[in-house]
Amino acid sequence: MGLAKRIIPCLDVENGRVVKGVQFVDIRDAGDPVEVARRYNEEGADEITFLDITASHEGRDTTVKTVEKMASEVFIPLTVGGGIRECEDIRSMLNAGADKVGINTAAIFNPDFVKEAAERFGSQCIVVAIDAKQVAAATADKPARWEIFTHGGRKPTGIDAVEWAIKMTDYGAGEILLTSMDQDGVKKGFDLGLTRAVSDAVAVPVIASGGVGNLQHLVDGISKGHASAVLAASIFHFGEYTIGEAKAYMAAQDIEVRL
Amino acid sequence: MTKSVDVAVIDYGMGNLHSVSKALQHVAPNANIWIGDDPEIIKNATRVVYPGVGAIRDCIAEVRSRGLDQVIVEVAKTKPLLAICVGMQGLMQHSSENGGVDCLNVFPDKVTCFTDVLGPQHADLKVPHMGWNQVVKTSDHPLWNKIDSGARFYFVHSYFVAAASCSSVVGRANYGVDLVAMMAKDNIFAVQFHPEKSHTDGLQLLENFVNWDGAS
Repeated sequence: MGLAKRIIPCLDVENGRVVKGVQFVDIRDAGDPVEVARRYNEEGADEITFLDITASHEGRDTTVKTVEKMASEVFIPLTVGGGIRECEDIRSMLNAGADKVGINTAAIFNPDFVKEAAERFGSQCIVVAIDAKQVAAATADKPARWEIFTHGGRKPTGIDAVEWAIKMTDYGAGEILLTSMDQDGVKKGFDLGLTRAVSDAVAVPVIASGGVGNLQHLVDGISKGHASAVLAASIFHFGEYTIGEAKAYMAAQDIEVRL
Repeated sequence: MTKSVDVAVIDYGMGNLHSVSKALQHVAPNANIWIGDDPEIIKNATRVVYPGVGAIRDCIAEVRSRGLDQVIVEVAKTKPLLAICVGMQGLMQHSSENGGVDCLNVFPDKVTCFTDVLGPQHADLKVPHMGWNQVVKTSDHPLWNKIDSGARFYFVHSYFVAAASCSSVVGRANYGVDLVAMMAKDNIFAVQFHPEKSHTDGLQLLENFVNWDGAS
């Protein structure tokens, strides 16, 4: 017995509401974030990830208040991502009660920001979020390739996802949140090739994200993708499965979980 | 006259120390939980929490620059003290992090890095040790009240105190190596994990601390 694999429900929050889209469009409302987080906490979630997809400044104030309220009621680790661009953003999220912050676009435009953030706040609270798409399938003589995309998957950067993950951990990232943009919201399972390529390349924990449609997908993310944690949103938000059911299923497949 | 608080949480300007005070307030709604760096208030508090996140060099440097090192050493002799994560490591004699840092020397133990001790047979173990691991009771203590041996707590750290060489361990975890998860001596209790983030059992431990008279 030892360290448990983690199940992390993800709340995409816009203007104080949990929403969930399919491939980053077609948004559905999934409730009040504090209520949702409280429910997942009671069901045995191992952490909560809160992705702020609010664009406006006024919305950011709402986010800080929501994080504060969540952190005073939910006593499991809380990661907040979305719009984290400078150390001041990190400080305000940590002060509101977040334990970790997710850095995505800002890391691409200014990789030194990750270094600065890890030195100032510690690697344990710096999660680098990577949104990747496959750009070349595996062939007989070449492995598959994935690249980083920004702006909700619209803008290619030309950066190789595996190389980027290695670079970010060298810069001090304590964890990688890896989302397959091909799979996100389509419920056909994680991109296991991508997950395994990144997990095997870095020494820090990798959270697999994007594509969970059933409980076997969670198992595959761990056993075939080599992820340390699995993240999902819609299968939990809309009542298909509880966190407890997911854990029982994983435990029955010999994956160590916190029950 | 300096006000007297029930629990003083030492805030030396690093990371997220507010989670601890929020969790304490949750388990002790009527207690006066204070967070700050005023040495007088800390010295006069009934109980003290020394939390910690981040790297040891900066944590110790901040503690020393605020004159809190002597306060912590004094508190460690006189009243219930709970040290958490890097706070626990700060009570040791020395840490190998950041090229080697002398700590507050309340315990004679040393802090080492997983990557220095985990061999190739543990190549699959990620560092930091992050997530929910089991803590096995090695010795009875009032802070174990209503918590089962083998309960899971949330860890996030790359440096640790080896259980094998530690005489004060009351709970250990395994991550390729046996590490100190809980240690205690007289009125001091220290944990490597984050009770404030460890759901029901973590909150129980904090409640036990708030009710503890400092006698083991």
